[in-house]
Amino acid sequence: MTNHENNFDPKTPKEELQAFHQIHNDLDQSITEKNKVVGWINDRLPIITTIENTLKRHPYPKNLSYWWNFGSIAGICLVIQILSGLFLAMHYVPNTKHAFDSVEHIMRDVNYGWLIRYIHAVGASMFFVALYAHMVRSLYYGSYKAPREVLWWVGIIIFLLTMATAFMGYVLPWGQMSFWGATVITNLFSAIPVVGESIVQWLWGGYSVDNPTLNRFFVLHFLMPFLIVGIVLVHLMALHTTGSNNPAGVPMKSKKDSIPFHPYFTIKDMVGFAVFFIIFGYFLFFYPNALGHPDNYIPANPLVTPAHIVPEWYFLPFYAILRAVPDKLGGVLMMFGAIILLFFLPYLDKSKVRSGAYRPLFKKFFYVFVINFVFLGWLGKSPAEGWYIWASRISTMYYYAYFLLILPILPRFEKTLPVPESIDEHYKKTHK
Amino acid sequence: MSETKNNDNKIDNSKRNLIINAGYATAGVGAVCAILPFIDSMNPSKDVQALASVEVDVSNIKIGEEKKIMWRGKPVFIKRRTTQEIEDAKNVDLKELKDPQPDSQRVKAGKEEWLVTVGICTHLGCVPIGGEGEYKGWFCPCHGSQYDTSGRIRKGPAPKNLEVPPYEFLNDTTIKIG
Repeated sequence: MTNHENNFDPKTPKEELQAFHQIHNDLDQSITEKNKVVGWINDRLPIITTIENTLKRHPYPKNLSYWWNFGSIAGICLVIQILSGLFLAMHYVPNTKHAFDSVEHIMRDVNYGWLIRYIHAVGASMFFVALYAHMVRSLYYGSYKAPREVLWWVGIIIFLLTMATAFMGYVLPWGQMSFWGATVITNLFSAIPVVGESIVQWLWGGYSVDNPTLNRFFVLHFLMPFLIVGIVLVHLMALHTTGSNNPAGVPMKSKKDSIPFHPYFTIKDMVGFAVFFIIFGYFLFFYPNALGHPDNYIPANPLVTPAHIVPEWYFLPFYAILRAVPDKLGGVLMMFGAIILLFFLPYLDKSKVRSGAYRPLFKKFFYVFVINFVFLGWLGKSPAEGWYIWASRISTMYYYAYFLLILPILPRFEKTLPVPESIDEHYKKTHK
Repeated sequence: MSETKNNDNKIDNSKRNLIINAGYATAGVGAVCAILPFIDSMNPSKDVQALASVEVDVSNIKIGEEKKIMWRGKPVFIKRRTTQEIEDAKNVDLKELKDPQPDSQRVKAGKEEWLVTVGICTHLGCVPIGGEGEYKGWFCPCHGSQYDTSGRIRKGPAPKNLEVPPYEFLNDTTIKIG
């Protein structure tokens, strides 16, 4: 393959895409040429070409930091959840009479059942750690900006589907938190005017959360991860069309800016996995219940609501937004709005500079945003009374103001720092 | 098949487009019709719908006490109110209420002592705790909604009063709910 030493100077998103498609790394010899059988198959199903393109020919910015590890970590989490869930499903019974006991049966009687269940429960939390880190990375480095808007939107869809799947999974053990969490979340839809009540009864298959609800939640909890796999493939398709963003936020201009995925990022991903699995193992083997709620070891009782019902930790910030609003419909709209808002992000952030590293003012508001989001989570865990309510109102306002006011207005008077001439230059500066 | 051509010698697609669009529309209607039974299969089934009514013996409920029973998978509060509680419920300016309803509409005439409500907070479906909150009616622990001694919403995020289910007194000590 001849390699043109192309040099580009992309000024627009469109030129950035064009440059990305013309820069490629050299591949000495394709395996399809070395091995006749592989070549024969590849002529009929070009799967080897796809893999070789992804791993060897496609350019990846050579300055990617460890913040770029969380995508593959989220991916491995999805695989772990599907595999551990598959084995749990062989022992679990989706019936209100047996669900709680079948989970205890898994914990006590099934060989290594305790391990598989704890992998699945802790794994859900770890999945959200990876997803949140992945999203925070995108927020800071402006990865949602043109030409990566669709990549970002597909990511939000994955986030929404993962939240729905996690919610339904939490209902399955049929403990007190399962039951009351399901009751509260499904009742959110009753806030919809006129048809709300009918929608909720349709979701339940009855007049309260009961056996039909549990049974369908199990079916959907089993199905949705496979939908997520499909949408992850769409996410990757978009990624391989736009190329990765990078810490400098400037586009790749030549081969000098790039390296192939393999072996550079395969090895870097392995480092990320190693650290991630140490954290995973720490919770799994020492504090498997630390991220759950003890009330879920009490069988569901439709007559008694626990004194403090709280969702799983990864929903707490949104739960705080819900409770901050003193109106039922208003609260529900604000909560869903907090995520829907993310879809508009590519158009709300008006800054020409992509990476937050060169935006001194943005950086300050961004850090406050992250701290504020964690604070919202803490408020979501606290009782809905006294000053907590006021604090959640102020925090909710900041959450919205960040997207609707700060990001659109900030670029008007922010003096940004000079961005690097190229990724190569940024790389040399940061790797002395 | 020969192409239909107009004066400019171009293919005239308008007729075949009409047929194609009509085909799409028919298939679309068919697809929607095919989906409907599946969507409806998720609605409450016949056995769930069968309005199982329950008869409750209330003779053992003392004045000021509340009994919780299950009806259609939901808790129902049967509260025997004290004179003070009845007075409190009656002496409320309806303008103050979010969901205005006089106490007399929420109890049976001559049986003002008995308040029967579905024990589900109209906010997001939790079971409120009796005798708690500022209005000494019910207090919902989930999101802080407060109800008065007539089960009416007074404070907090819930939009409506506690629902009064259909019920009747079979005799002085038996209530039939449903």
